[in-house]
Amino acid sequence: MSSTTIKTTPEQRIAKLADALNTSFNKKGCTVEQGFGEVTLTVPRERLLEISFELYGSASPFSFDLLIDLCGVDYLTYGQVEWETSSASLTGFGRGVDRSSEIDTEAADRFAVVYHLLSIEDNVRVRVKTYLDSEHPMVESVIPVWPVADWFEREAFDLYGILFEGHPDLRRILTDYGFVGHPFRKDFPVSGHVEMRYDPEKRRVIYEPVSIEPRTLVPRVIRNDNRYMNEESN
Amino acid sequence: MPEIRNYTLNFGPQHPSAHGVLRLVLEMDGEVIERSDPHIGLLHRGTEKLAETKPYNQNIPYMDRLDYVSMMQNEHAYVLAVEKLLGIEAPERAQYIRTMFDEITRILNHLMWLGTHALDIGAMTVFLYCFREREDLMDCYEAVSGARMHAAYYRVGGVYRDLPDEMPRFAASDLKRDKSELDRLNGNRQGSLLDFIEDFTDRFPGCVDEYEILLTENRIWKQRTVGIGVVTADRAKALGFTGPMLRGSGVEWDLRKKQPYAAYDKIDFDIPVGLNGDCYDRYLVRIEEMRQSNRIIRQCIEWLRKNPGPVMVENHKIAPPKRAAMKSEMEGLIHHFKLFSEGYCTPSGEVYAAVEASKGEFGVYIISDGANKPYRLKLRAPGFAHLMAMDEMAKGHMLADVVALIGTMDVVFGEIDR
Repeated sequence: MSSTTIKTTPEQRIAKLADALNTSFNKKGCTVEQGFGEVTLTVPRERLLEISFELYGSASPFSFDLLIDLCGVDYLTYGQVEWETSSASLTGFGRGVDRSSEIDTEAADRFAVVYHLLSIEDNVRVRVKTYLDSEHPMVESVIPVWPVADWFEREAFDLYGILFEGHPDLRRILTDYGFVGHPFRKDFPVSGHVEMRYDPEKRRVIYEPVSIEPRTLVPRVIRNDNRYMNEESN
Repeated sequence: MPEIRNYTLNFGPQHPSAHGVLRLVLEMDGEVIERSDPHIGLLHRGTEKLAETKPYNQNIPYMDRLDYVSMMQNEHAYVLAVEKLLGIEAPERAQYIRTMFDEITRILNHLMWLGTHALDIGAMTVFLYCFREREDLMDCYEAVSGARMHAAYYRVGGVYRDLPDEMPRFAASDLKRDKSELDRLNGNRQGSLLDFIEDFTDRFPGCVDEYEILLTENRIWKQRTVGIGVVTADRAKALGFTGPMLRGSGVEWDLRKKQPYAAYDKIDFDIPVGLNGDCYDRYLVRIEEMRQSNRIIRQCIEWLRKNPGPVMVENHKIAPPKRAAMKSEMEGLIHHFKLFSEGYCTPSGEVYAAVEASKGEFGVYIISDGANKPYRLKLRAPGFAHLMAMDEMAKGHMLADVVALIGTMDVVFGEIDR
């Protein structure tokens, strides 16, 4: 049946890949992590293009010929909750959603760009990750290595405001013509900043500040008990 | 000498061949395309951002609305990603049900694709034929989930419920009063859902033959598709093609074989591969995929008949307890309340799970910080990468070929704009 097409198990391939990545890129300031059966290579941002060429080049031991996905991430509120669950007061747990927590929008390493690569020849995947600071979220474009990065980089620019140096045509892609802001940033409200309607007097569509209050249906909570992890419960 | 200028043409977003809301800005020299610039995002709903505000379970219906002609495959990628985070696996029967419905979905998608693609380049009949068969498959969706399209049937830890023992039947109405007409309509609905699907798989290869009679050797069809939009294997990889677009160019790559999920490693099927990488080869690949899907469904039916069992994990921290338990036991009530209000928290970390959807690799990338909602959810839509290649594929072709290219890419804006 299909067993002939798979010569090694996924675990073996992952372990082999992690070793190979370690030997090749450790000296360049990269770190290799394994988790959930996947390999993540974290790359310093100034070396991204250089390392990309090594991940898919004629002279390299790797053959990651397909860039499957590229996306931006905003780590602004990582690990923050809207609901206090660890300690109870005299009146029980808080019922309201807590929005007062201060957010440091200037944090270093606020943004990340994540690349998912696939090697058809070796049948392995790798995730390449590079962190960017909030002041100059800029990284080199990988279009010279994988032409498919074009629209994905435009999307990351549109949604997160991450700039890609060397991109030939860095325009917005998903948001409306004339949109202001980067909507997937964590400090951009889900309801947005403007709403539009048809104004019968002016006889055209106009934009106004939103009239709805942001609300949370289910508060965000973190419970570190990992109740479902049977093997790890202790 | 007269001044010759390039002509800029707006194609869509309200054009019937634009398959939804594609706006193409075409720069043309006479009738030849010099440059094409697809404008997307007219259907952008911010699914990924919305998902960050919802518990894991409540995001499943959003997945249906991405690629809205292959609904369950999107759900499949999402539940696989969450299951990977939680470290759980669905019971074997659920795996087979998922495999079967993934393939039903593939046929649904390819029928939609074939019908609209053929309609766009001038073959009306195929459209009607395809929608006739789609109707039966929609009924399978409805029988199992209650919804004809947006099923929300796959859940984290399995599927929502087992296959029904009785296929829903047509009832008499003002429009259908004739007894013999009702009996004819209900003829293959006397048994269980599996009987109904089996009856479909008996008929379906004949239906595919019908489509092929209309198209495969059709002179006009071949004139419109052979040699149009040729992509070489190397170029297809560079452009990020997956699925039938990649296989049409001759690359033998299918996640169902190479990185098997669900029950695909226990099932016998073949991967069709094209030779020339043109629209005609991609058509042949998809036609053969429908036949292979039919084969997979038959094997699943056989297995599902023999092996009853649970379709959901027993862990009630993730899967809701039985309705009866919820009504009679305190534990069950608490579990139910917790699951449907706060949901469950996952361990922190990041995972990527992908399925071989009808259009290509549909991937879900989740970053979790340990909360009951994803911190970041990224959906990798195959159509996004395919549409990006429009400029390259359309260059030098005629305006009418753009319609063939949109058809061959099988674009659906639900997933491209997200």
